[in-house]
Amino acid sequence: MNGGGLDFEKPILELERKISDLRKFSAEEKIDVSEEIKSLQNKLKKIKDEVFCGLSASQRVQIARHPKRPYFMDYADRIFSFFLELHGDRRFSDDKALIGGLAEIDSVKIMAIGHQKGRDTKENLLRNFGCAHPEGYRKALRLMKIAEKMKIPVVSFIDTPGAYPGIGAEERGQAEAIAVNLREMSLVQVPIICVIIGEGGSGGALGIGIGDKILILQNAYYSVISPEGCAAILWKDRAKAKVAAEALRLTAGDLIKIGIVDEIVAEPSGGAHRDAGEAADNLKKALVKNLKELQKIPVSTLVRNRYNKFRKMGAYEGEENGSKNKKSKNQ
Amino acid sequence: MSLFGRKKSPAAQTKKSNIPDGLWIKCKGCNDTLYTKKLDENGKVCPKCGFHYPLRAFERIDITVDKGTFEEINAGLRSIDSLDFFDSKKYEHRIKQAEEKTKMKEAVITGTAQIEKIKIALGVMDFSFMGGSMGSVVGEKITRLIEFAADEDLPVVIFSTSGGARMQESTLSLMQMAKTSAALARLSEKGLFYISVLADPTTGGTTASFASLGDIIIAEPGALIGFAGPRVIKQTIQQELPSGFQRSEFLLEHGLIDIIVKREDLRKTIASILKFAVK
Repeated sequence: MNGGGLDFEKPILELERKISDLRKFSAEEKIDVSEEIKSLQNKLKKIKDEVFCGLSASQRVQIARHPKRPYFMDYADRIFSFFLELHGDRRFSDDKALIGGLAEIDSVKIMAIGHQKGRDTKENLLRNFGCAHPEGYRKALRLMKIAEKMKIPVVSFIDTPGAYPGIGAEERGQAEAIAVNLREMSLVQVPIICVIIGEGGSGGALGIGIGDKILILQNAYYSVISPEGCAAILWKDRAKAKVAAEALRLTAGDLIKIGIVDEIVAEPSGGAHRDAGEAADNLKKALVKNLKELQKIPVSTLVRNRYNKFRKMGAYEGEENGSKNKKSKNQ
Repeated sequence: MSLFGRKKSPAAQTKKSNIPDGLWIKCKGCNDTLYTKKLDENGKVCPKCGFHYPLRAFERIDITVDKGTFEEINAGLRSIDSLDFFDSKKYEHRIKQAEEKTKMKEAVITGTAQIEKIKIALGVMDFSFMGGSMGSVVGEKITRLIEFAADEDLPVVIFSTSGGARMQESTLSLMQMAKTSAALARLSEKGLFYISVLADPTTGGTTASFASLGDIIIAEPGALIGFAGPRVIKQTIQQELPSGFQRSEFLLEHGLIDIIVKREDLRKTIASILKFAVK
């Protein structure tokens, strides 16, 4: 990586620099180079399309982790007309890696929760690199319960490498905090939309990931384990992360085929970090559309559908889905 | 006499134990030399130091339920390699290997049984089948068991031992956490009771879903129980972990489980709890 650019982005960045140099030159020397610029821009678009159509799974993971990728609050700034952050789990502390509050999007009132990463070292220490502790998950659930009282939908923004694996996290019941969220979110009596905006790291993502609609940004990923972790365990070699990324079927395109996510939100050409404004516009449109649709559905139907949505997930053979709980004498 | 003086079922007799073959082993707990027959007779617990060795699912059922009362449900479910996953081996091949090794179709057995004449819905995981990992079939069987209990008004008892979600099924495995937890929400809504028993080791996605959602959570002594594995934690924080970290006793101290019960007392303790829950 150099200057925030990924290896496969190099031809794009080079061409962009050329265009900008040419513009500067043209302004300074008062020479018309619009034809040349136009031709370079066409070339740029072509290269961008080529590079980004053929991205491998591990390249998409790189984009999802891009240091300039828009985070939860970058979207909040662009999408919400109102946001009031609410703090703390009322038990231990306020987790800065998983935050939330009251928000308004296109004059719809919602409860927004999401993982928040840091942009630099200092901020990352505060945000713990977007890795939440149990108190983050407990705060998130507390906010969802408020949403239930207010009868406003919940929108969760998922972007975490995973729930934090640390001593304090274990002492305070990381597993229990996530498990309780999975159970309780299945019953929340208001619409829930989850959108994976960057990294969907395993249980840490799922802990705010139970909803009526699961959206994913085009270059985001969602996986049971990080490609590096998977490679270390199954290949005994972290360097095999590229192969693991392919095998895990973690890209948006794969996930929609498997039926884990419902909708892919397009990113601007070159990835969300190339144009946060456009990425936010696309996300806002998708959220508004889904909020409108979900709000038409009676709550009891919504919650039943939510159960059935996750109930169906899985692949196996043997007894038909219909012939449930067939007894066979074993002893 | 067999495990805790109760006669073994034929199924248990044919299952191989996790203890290495041979007449003698060196105890992992006290380093003493142990006669394997003595260990088997003692429910795979070292008679000298009390170290709890893993039990196969059928051995567990055998020492837990009233003799001859276990009836398996959903025995026919089998994993498939829907994602065409392969690392050094194909997932399909790993499933076959696990089946041959364990003589089981998956890492959990579910059914109904009685404990001191109280009818329960019972799930028992087996670590020897791919590290007790939860893929679609484990999730489906646990979910069906809970739904069955909700329909039949039965309390649920699940013995967990698992390395977590099964990587070879990727997000499909992850979603089993959601599925099983949501089923437990329904069980709770019906006012039905769930006892979760944790054996060594229970980690990852299994701990972060149904295993941690017991109304009462029991652990065997010295069991490793946690969200992240100790190796991952050590790598992340670059520090030595405190002694006893993530063991049953540590979890009890931190208020995460209700009680630690020795294997020989488990049946009695579960029965005594069930007598409060079932009228």
